[in-house]
Amino acid sequence: MAILREADKDKMTVVEGSYAVAHAVKVCRPHVISAYPITPQTHIVEELSQFIADGEIPNCAYMNVESEFSALSALVGSAATGARCYSATTSQGLALMHEVLFNFSGLRLPMVMTIVNRALSAPINIWNDQQDSISQRDTGWIQLYAEDIQEASDMIAQAYKISEDKDVLLPAMVCMDGFILSHVYEPLVLLEEDLTNEYLKPYETNYKLDPKNPLSFGAFADPSSYTEFRYLQQQAMDKAINKVEEAADEFKELYGRYYGGVIDTYMTEDADIILCAMGSIIGTLRDVVDNLRSNGKKVGLLKVRAFRPFPAEAIKQAVSNTSVIVALDKNISIGLNEGALLTELKSILYNTNLNMPVIGFSIGHGGRDIPEKTIEDIVQKAENVIKSGISHESEFVDLREDLI
Amino acid sequence: MKELLSPGHTACPACCDTMIAKFTLRALGEDCIIISPTGCLEVTTSAFPTSSWNVPWIHSLFENAGAVASGIEAALKAMNKKEDTKVVVLAGDGGTLDIGIRSISGAFERGHDIIYICIDNEAYMNTGVQRSGATPFNATTTTSPSGKVSFGNPLPKKNMPAIMNAHGAPYVATATLAYPKDFMKKVKKAGSIEGPTYIHAHAPCTTGWGFDTSKTVEIGKLAVQTALWPLYEIENGTITSVKKVKNKKPVEEYLRMQKRFKHLFTKEGGEEEIAKIQKIADENIDIFGLQ
Ligand SMILES: Cc1ncc(C[n+]2csc(CCOP(=O)(O)OP(=O)(O)O)c2C)c(N)n1
Ligand code: SF4
Ligand SMILES: [Mg+2]
Repeated sequence: MAILREADKDKMTVVEGSYAVAHAVKVCRPHVISAYPITPQTHIVEELSQFIADGEIPNCAYMNVESEFSALSALVGSAATGARCYSATTSQGLALMHEVLFNFSGLRLPMVMTIVNRALSAPINIWNDQQDSISQRDTGWIQLYAEDIQEASDMIAQAYKISEDKDVLLPAMVCMDGFILSHVYEPLVLLEEDLTNEYLKPYETNYKLDPKNPLSFGAFADPSSYTEFRYLQQQAMDKAINKVEEAADEFKELYGRYYGGVIDTYMTEDADIILCAMGSIIGTLRDVVDNLRSNGKKVGLLKVRAFRPFPAEAIKQAVSNTSVIVALDKNISIGLNEGALLTELKSILYNTNLNMPVIGFSIGHGGRDIPEKTIEDIVQKAENVIKSGISHESEFVDLREDLI
Repeated sequence: MKELLSPGHTACPACCDTMIAKFTLRALGEDCIIISPTGCLEVTTSAFPTSSWNVPWIHSLFENAGAVASGIEAALKAMNKKEDTKVVVLAGDGGTLDIGIRSISGAFERGHDIIYICIDNEAYMNTGVQRSGATPFNATTTTSPSGKVSFGNPLPKKNMPAIMNAHGAPYVATATLAYPKDFMKKVKKAGSIEGPTYIHAHAPCTTGWGFDTSKTVEIGKLAVQTALWPLYEIENGTITSVKKVKNKKPVEEYLRMQKRFKHLFTKEGGEEEIAKIQKIADENIDIFGLQ
C-alpha cells in the first residue's frame, strides 16, 4: 500500500485541527450534536456551536447537555429516531460514557464520535496519550486512529459511511491525539462539501422510533438469546474490515486523498524491523524510517488505522517477512505491563507459522515528548533482539530515574 | 378500543407499573414514543423476542431516560417530524429520584417537549424491594429493614414534584392509579402543554409493599384519604388544583394493610412512630390546603 497525497495546493488553507474536524462534521450534515466540554476537545464543540449560531448547519440540533453521560445517552434516543448523530469527547468524559458505549453498540445504532485522546486521572493530566480510547476497546465501537489533521477530518466522512452501512450498523470513534493534532495549525484541504454530498448519502433506516411503524428497542434478552446478540455484533465487526477498505478506496477515488485502509505500510516489504503504532506518532516514525534507511538500516512502518475491527489478516501479510516487530503504545495495561498493540500483535501471530519476536514500548504517556532519538534507541534495541534474542519483551521508555 | 399495552407480559398480577402504563397509553393514543429506563415495567414488557408495546418504545439504561427522551425530541424537531407526537418517559422512582436525577434535571432545564411520568412504588422493586429516595419514613425494605434498633427507613421521602417545579416546568402534578380518570385527565393535560411536564404517580406494589392483589386500588385510595398522598396540580409555579380530603382517615388505616409497616404495630414504641407519620399527613393538609 502506498501513501497518496495529491492534496490540491490551491484548495489548501491553514486551520487548527479542531476547526478542520468541526468543518468536516458540518459538511456531513448531522441532525443532532450532543457534547460536553473537556480539554482538549473544547475547540471542536465551540466551532460547531458557532456554526449552529450562524445557521450554517441546517436541520441540526446542538444539545448543551449536563454531562458526557447524558451527551451520549441523548444520542441513543436521536440515533434510534433515525438521526445522524455526532459527539466529541476525551479522557474523563469518555470514561464517564462507558456504560452508554456498550448500550449504543448493543442497540446497533450508528454515529460518529471524535476522541481527542488524552491521559486519565490520577494524577490528573490534560495531555495526550491513548489510554482513554484503548480502555474502551471491548465496548463494540469501531475505532479508527488518525495520523494528522487532514486524516482526522477526512476520517469523519469515512466513519459515517462505515458506521451507517447496513451490514455494519455500529458506532465509530475517530481518534486524534489531543493537542498534538487538535490544537495544531497546518495547511490542509477542508472536507469538500460538494464531494461529501456525493460520497455520503443521507442516513436512511427502517429501524427507528416511528409511531407509524411501532418497534421496540432495548429488549430484555435472557440466556436463551443474549449470546446471539453478541455474535451478531462480532459478525458486523468482521464485515466492517472490508467496509473500512471500501470507504478509504471510494474516498481516494472521489477526493484524491488516501491514508491506508485498515492499515497503512511504509517501506515494510524488505524491512528487518517493523515499527507498529497508531496516531500522530506515525509522522515522527516516518522521519526516523527515512533517516535510518539513508544509513542503510532496513526499517519499515506499519500504521494501524483500525484498532477495532482489528486488522489481523492485513497485519500478518504486512509483517510476514520481517525479523522483529516493535509495538509502540501510548497506553498500558497495568498488571500485564503491555500496551494494547503489543498484546494484540502477539495474539494474532500465535497459532500461525509466523514466529518472529515481538517487543513493545510504553511511550508518550501524559503528553511526554517523543524525540526521534528515543525511536532510534528503540530501533537499536530491536537490532539487538535480531542478534541475540529478547531480553525485555515490554518496557517503559525514557523513564526519569530521579522520580522513581 | 385497541389496548396499546398488550397483555401477556410477565408482571405480577395487579402490577402498578403496567397499570400506569396502560392508563397513560389510553390517555395519549398511538401517536407517542415511550422511553422506559431499567425497572419492573421495562423487564416485564420486553422479554425478547416478545414485546407488549404497540407504540414505539425504547429502553436504554437505568439512569438516562431524561437524556434519551430529550435526544428523541431534539431529533424529531431537527428532522421536522415532531408534529403531534408525544415523547413520554415512564420511569420508576429509583430511575427518577435517585440515579436518574442528573439526566431528568438536564432535560427539564433545556425545556424539551416531553412528558415525564414517575411511577412511584416507593422502592427498587425490580431488584428485590431495596430502599430508594422515594421510600417513605419508617417503611421496611430489604436495605432498610426494621430490626432491634431500627423502625425501617429513617429518612423522609424526597420531594420530587417540588424539585421539578423548581426547574420551571410549566406543569407538575401528582396522581395515583387508584383514580385512573384523574390520572388520565392529567396525562392528557400534560400532553397538551408545550415543554417538559412531570406527573408523579402513586403506585401501590402488591409484592413490594405486602398486600393482597385485590387491594391495590383500596390502598391507593387510602393514601389519598389519609392525606399521605396529596393530589395537586402546579401550573407555571402556582398550585392550581388540589383534591380535597373529606372525612380524613387516620394513617393507621393505610399502614395496617401493608406488611412493610407491620413492625409499627408489633414492636414496642411503634405507636410513637405512627404518630410521626400522622404528623406528616397533617402537615400535608396544611401545606396543600387539603381541607
Ligand atoms: C447503573 C445501574 N445500577 C443498578 C442497576 C440495577 N437496577 C435495575 S432496576 C433497579 C431498580 C429499579 O427501581 P425503580 O426505578 O424504582 O423501578 P421499579 O422496578 O421499582 O418499578 C436497579 C437498582 C442497574 N440496572 N443499573
Ligand atoms: S414487583 Fe411490583 S412493580 Fe414489580 S412487577 Fe411486581 S407488582 Fe409490578
Ligand atoms: Mg420503584
